[in-house]
Order: sequence, then structure tokens, then C-alpha cells
Amino acid sequence: MKVVNAVKFIFPGISENERTARAVVSAFLVQLDPTVEELADIRTAVSEAVTNAIVHGYRKSRGDVELHMKLLEDREVYLRIKDHGCGIADITQAMQPLFTTAPEEERAGLGFAVMESFMDKLQVKSAPEKGTTVTMRKKLGSLPCRVK
Amino acid sequence: MAVELQTQEKTLIAILSGEIDHHCAQPMRAEIDAKIDDLQPSVLVLDFAGVTFMDSSGIGLIMGRHRTMEAIGGNVIVRDPPPHIRRVIRLSGMERIAQIQIQKPSCREGDFGIGGGENA
Repeated sequence: MKVVNAVKFIFPGISENERTARAVVSAFLVQLDPTVEELADIRTAVSEAVTNAIVHGYRKSRGDVELHMKLLEDREVYLRIKDHGCGIADITQAMQPLFTTAPEEERAGLGFAVMESFMDKLQVKSAPEKGTTVTMRKKLGSLPCRVK
Repeated sequence: MAVELQTQEKTLIAILSGEIDHHCAQPMRAEIDAKIDDLQPSVLVLDFAGVTFMDSSGIGLIMGRHRTMEAIGGNVIVRDPPPHIRRVIRLSGMERIAQIQIQKPSCREGDFGIGGGENA
């Protein structure tokens, strides 16, 4: 994959930074001039992945979350959200809609379903005590013709 | 605070605003729950017209209030969710258990500002 631009943002896994991560991804996407809908889709997917890292990955520990943002050729956005937390033993189960290990926090168990639905591609790599890495891609529509 | 509470007899209206994520949902639900406890309403209206962003934490908020209201024999109305929030709600299957009410014309389906129509 040819990388046109790349930014890495590393931040402490505290819930205040869910909003920060969304603001950072919005700032990165400015260069693509996305539609309101594309921007909302990506912001929502990032919010889910970062919240998972904070609520589940760092449930019993503290650590940083990494947000890697890349712009690939043909207006494709590549995002990687990585934590060094407790990891997921059974990824298939974790990705089942409505499955949650944090009902007391009123987690709906829809994080992965949202990521899957709002992005084109989703990949989850995880192992107990090894952290979790979520990779997502979305190709944005072509820019409308503009008067020069 | 990002939630304003109004009461009309046995109806509790919670006007939500700003961004609803995991971080903000907790104080919002605490405030709404305290009022439900106090008022024992028969209807809870969650007004989303002023909400600019919502992820699945908002679904947790709606589901949790639905359970609370069901336990006291009441129900929940989700009012005026903007189009993107409507998509998150649809994905969750929430439309089957909570009534969605559209009052504001700007919250109607397909109206997505400059972004064009919906895919979902």
C-alpha cells in the first residue's frame, strides 16, 4: 500500500480522550474534504475502537492508546487503534453483536458492529495480555467537480 | 450540563445536547435516573435534536432507560435523532423497542446537510 500521508497520535487511555481522538481524526481527514456522512462514520468507528481500548483493554491497568492514521492512494483511509491492555481471549465472541463484558457500564455490545458497518474493512488482532489492535479502512467517494 | 430536564405532568423530557460518548453518558444517565426516581413518570422523552455526535454509548443510554421505565410500567420515546444518530439507532435494532418520534423537519430521513443521502 502506498502511503500518501501518515500521522501517529499516542495518548493516555482515559475516557476524556475519547473525544480527543475523534477531534484528531477529524483534523487528519480535513485534507480529504470528506462528506458530513463520511466524517461521521469514521469518527463513530474511531470512538468505538478507542472506547473499547479504554473500557476493556485498560479495565484493570493504565496505559497508552495509539491511533495511527494513514491516507492511502485513491482516497482510502487506513486507521489502526492499538492498546497494550488485557487483550481478548475469544475475538469471535467479542465481535458478536450485543455481547459485552461490561453491562454495569451500560455497554451495548455494539462497538464492533458499528465499526464493521461504518467502515469498509475491519480486522481485529488480540491475545490475552498482549493488547488489542483494530485496523479499519474506508475509501471515500470522489470529490465533486469544482469550478477552478 | 449536557442534559436539561423538563416535566409535563407524568412526562419527563430529557433534552440532550453535544456529544454522547462513553465519557459523557455516565453523568447524563445519573441525572435522568435521579429524576425518574423522583417523578416516577409514565413517559420518558429523550430529545436528541441537539446531539451532534453519538456512538454506541448512546444506545446503552437508551437501552438502560428503557429497562428502568419498563420496570415502573412506563415507556421511552426517542425524539428527533439527527440522521447519523438514526443510523446508529437502526443498527442496534432499538427501533423495535423504543418509539422514534420525528417532529423537527431537519431530522427527517435522508437530510444529511451537504453530505448527500443515506446509504443504510
